[in-house]
Amino acid sequence: MSPGLDPYDADRPLRLGCACGQHGSADEHVQAKAAVATLQARSESEDFVARANAFIEAAVVKALFPQDAVRRRFLRAVGRSTAMAAIGSVLPLASLQAMAQDKAALEKKDLKIGFIPITCATPLIMAHPLGFYSKQGLNVEVVKTAGWALIRDKMLNKEYDATHFLSPMPLAISLGAGSNPVPMRVATIQNTNGQAITLANKHKDKRDPRQWKGFKFAVPFEYSMHNFLLRYYVAEAGLDPDRDIQIRVVPPPEMVANLRAGNIDGYLGPDPFNQRAVYEEIGFIHLLTKDLWNGHPCCAFGTSAEFIQKNPNTFAALFRAVMTSAAMAREAKNRELIAKVIAPQAYLNQPETVIAQVLTGRFADGLGKVQSVPDRADFDPMPWQSMAVWILTQMKRWGYVKGEVNYKQLAEQVFLLTDAKKTMAALDMQPPAGAYPKFTIMGKVFDPEKPEAYVSSFAIQRAA
Amino acid sequence: MRSLNLRAALLSLALLVLLLAVWQVATLPSGGSPAPAAASMTAEEIEYAKLLGKDPTAGAAPAAARSGFPTPAQMAAAAWAQLASPFHDHGPNDKGIGLQLAHSLGRVALGYLFAAAVAVPLGFAIGMSPLLYRALDPFIQILKPISPLAWMPLALYTIKDSSISGIFVIFICSVWPMLINTAFGVAGVRREWLNVARTLEVRPMRRALEVILPAAAPTILTGMRISMGIAWLVIVAAEMLVGGTGIGYFVWNEWNNLSLPNVIFAILVIGVVGMLLDLMFARLQKAVTYAD
Repeated sequence: MSPGLDPYDADRPLRLGCACGQHGSADEHVQAKAAVATLQARSESEDFVARANAFIEAAVVKALFPQDAVRRRFLRAVGRSTAMAAIGSVLPLASLQAMAQDKAALEKKDLKIGFIPITCATPLIMAHPLGFYSKQGLNVEVVKTAGWALIRDKMLNKEYDATHFLSPMPLAISLGAGSNPVPMRVATIQNTNGQAITLANKHKDKRDPRQWKGFKFAVPFEYSMHNFLLRYYVAEAGLDPDRDIQIRVVPPPEMVANLRAGNIDGYLGPDPFNQRAVYEEIGFIHLLTKDLWNGHPCCAFGTSAEFIQKNPNTFAALFRAVMTSAAMAREAKNRELIAKVIAPQAYLNQPETVIAQVLTGRFADGLGKVQSVPDRADFDPMPWQSMAVWILTQMKRWGYVKGEVNYKQLAEQVFLLTDAKKTMAALDMQPPAGAYPKFTIMGKVFDPEKPEAYVSSFAIQRAA
Repeated sequence: MRSLNLRAALLSLALLVLLLAVWQVATLPSGGSPAPAAASMTAEEIEYAKLLGKDPTAGAAPAAARSGFPTPAQMAAAAWAQLASPFHDHGPNDKGIGLQLAHSLGRVALGYLFAAAVAVPLGFAIGMSPLLYRALDPFIQILKPISPLAWMPLALYTIKDSSISGIFVIFICSVWPMLINTAFGVAGVRREWLNVARTLEVRPMRRALEVILPAAAPTILTGMRISMGIAWLVIVAAEMLVGGTGIGYFVWNEWNNLSLPNVIFAILVIGVVGMLLDLMFARLQKAVTYAD
C-alpha cells in the first residue's frame, strides 16, 4: 500500500464522506472507507497506471483502425509519433498518454454529469469517489437523474456537460427520433452485457418464449438495448413483439413493484433490478442478455458534439478519467470492492450484496441455484461502429426510423470520435473496406456491411 | 367543553393505538415454514440464502421478510435514522431530509409568490369588470384542471431548465384558485358599500384598497389557502419527475431503493408540513375575517 493511503491512518481525510447514517453499522462504515482506500491504492500502483494507459491508447488507436492488419500497416508506415500527431490533429483524444503528463489547459473545470442509478453506470460513478475526475483536474458533480427522458432533456438543455446514455440514445437524438435532432457523440461504451430477462415466479414452468403469448413486459426506455434485445428475442421465437406481447416503458424500480403486483409478467431490465427481484423473492432470472449476444453494448458515456468542439481538452481529461475507471472495473479482483463503493445512498442506493452479485457474477438466480458467470457484466469501452449499425437496423426494423437510413455515416458520426477515413486519406492510405467487426446474435451473424439486407432478412419486422 | 376536547383527544389516541395494532398484526411474518436450520442445509443452500440477504448461520430467527410491508418497528427505525441527521449534506445525491424539505419549501415559496403576484391583481381586474370576466372565463376553465404532470414535459421543453420548470409548474397550478377566488370575492362586495363609496366620491385607488380589498380579503385568503395546498401537492410530483433535490426527489430515490419505510416516512413528513402550511393560512384567514 502506498503511503498516505492507509485507511486506518487517523489523519488521512477519506474521500467518501459519511458521518453517517449511510451504513448499517460503524463496521460497515469502516469497510466502505477501506474499500475506497484499497481501490485508490490499486489505481496508483505503477502496474495499473501502465495498464490503464495502454488500455486508453489501445482504445483510441483501435477506434481509428478497427482492423489489426490495417493498424499495424499504418503504424509501421508512419511511425509512432506521426501516428499520434495524425490522430491528435483530428481530435485531441490522441496522445492521451502524453497529455496525461503535460496537461493542456482545461477549458471548463466544473462539470455536471448525469447518471441513472444502475450498475451499467459503474465506471462513471466510481470515478467520483475514487477521485479519478479530480486527478484530471476536473471538479465533477455526478448527478443522479430520475429517468432517461430527463437525461435526454437535460443534455439538450445543456444542464449536463456529459452523461450516462443508453447506447441507442445518442443515435436517436442525433437522428431526431423522439426529440429535436441535436448531434450527440458516444465517447465510450460504459458497459457490455449486464442485462437480464426477469420473469415473475409464477412463470417458472414457462421457460420457452413461445409460451409467452399475451405476456406483458417492461423495458426502461424505447431507445434502449433492452427494448431491441427483448424484441429480437421474442421475434426469434416467432412472436410479434407489437402484437403477441405487450411492451411498456416502465422505470426500473417500478418494474420490481409491478412484477410483485402481477401487472407485468416480466421485464428486460438493467441491473441491479433483475437481481433485486430475486433478492425480494418475487422473480427469477430467465436468462442473461449475455446469452443472446455476448459482448453487446448497453449504456454509453457521451456528450454533445458541441461540447467536444468547445472543450476539447476538458473532454480528453474526462475521457481519460472514465477510461481509467473502466480499466479498473474490468478487473475481476476489484469488483467486490467497487460494489461497496457504489452501493451507498449517494450513488446506487441499493443493498450491497445485490450490487456485488451483479458485478462479480456469482449470484442467486431465483430458482434455487447459485450461478457463476464472471462476465455477467463487463466494462469493455470500445464503441464499435458496427454496434451502432446494429442498433440502427433494429430501429429501422421496428419502425422507429422510417425511410432511407444512412447507417454508416450515422454510425461514424455518433460512435466514433475521430474521422479515421479523413486521416488516412491525408496520409495517402486506402481506408479499409469491411473494417467493422461482425457480431453473432442468437446464432445469426450480423454483417454491418449489409444492414439493409439484414433488416429485410427478418420474418417479423415493421420496416416499410 | 373541556371534557369534550379531552374525550376527543382520548379517542384520537385510541384510534392511533388501534391503527398501530392493526398495522403490527397485518405485517406479522406470515406463518409459513420456519427457515430450516443451517445444519440441515447444503453449502450451496447456505450460500444461496446468504445471497438473498438471509444468513442461516447467524443463529437467530430471520427477521421478517424485508420485501413485505414494513412493521411499525421498522418504520420507527427508518424515521429515527432520518431524523438523527436531518441536515447532513454528502453531495448532490445524498442530503438530509431537512435540507430536502428546505429545497422544496423554497421552490414552493417562489412559485407561489409569482402566482400570487399575478393572480391577485388579475383577479381584482376580472372581479371589477364583467367584460373581462366573461372574456377570460373559458381560458381559466380550460387551464384550471390540468395536472402538474401534464405541464412538466412542456415546461422542460420550452424553458430548458429543470428547476425553473419546477417553479413554473407550481406557478401554473396554484394560480387558478387564487384568481377565481379573488375575482369572486371582488365581484361579491356588497352593492351598498360600493354605492356609499361612490356617493362619497372616493377615488378608484382608495376605493379598491380601503373598501373592496378588506371586504374581499377573507375570500381572497381562502383562495390563497387552497392554492398553497395545491402548490404543496404539486411540488412532490414535480420533484419526482425532475429529480435533483427536494422531498419529491427523496421519495423517488427511496423508491428506487424499494425502501418502503423511508417512503412512508417521507409521506408522513409531507403530510405534516402540508398541515403546518395550512394552519398558517388558517391563522391569516382568521385575522382578516370580520363579523358582520
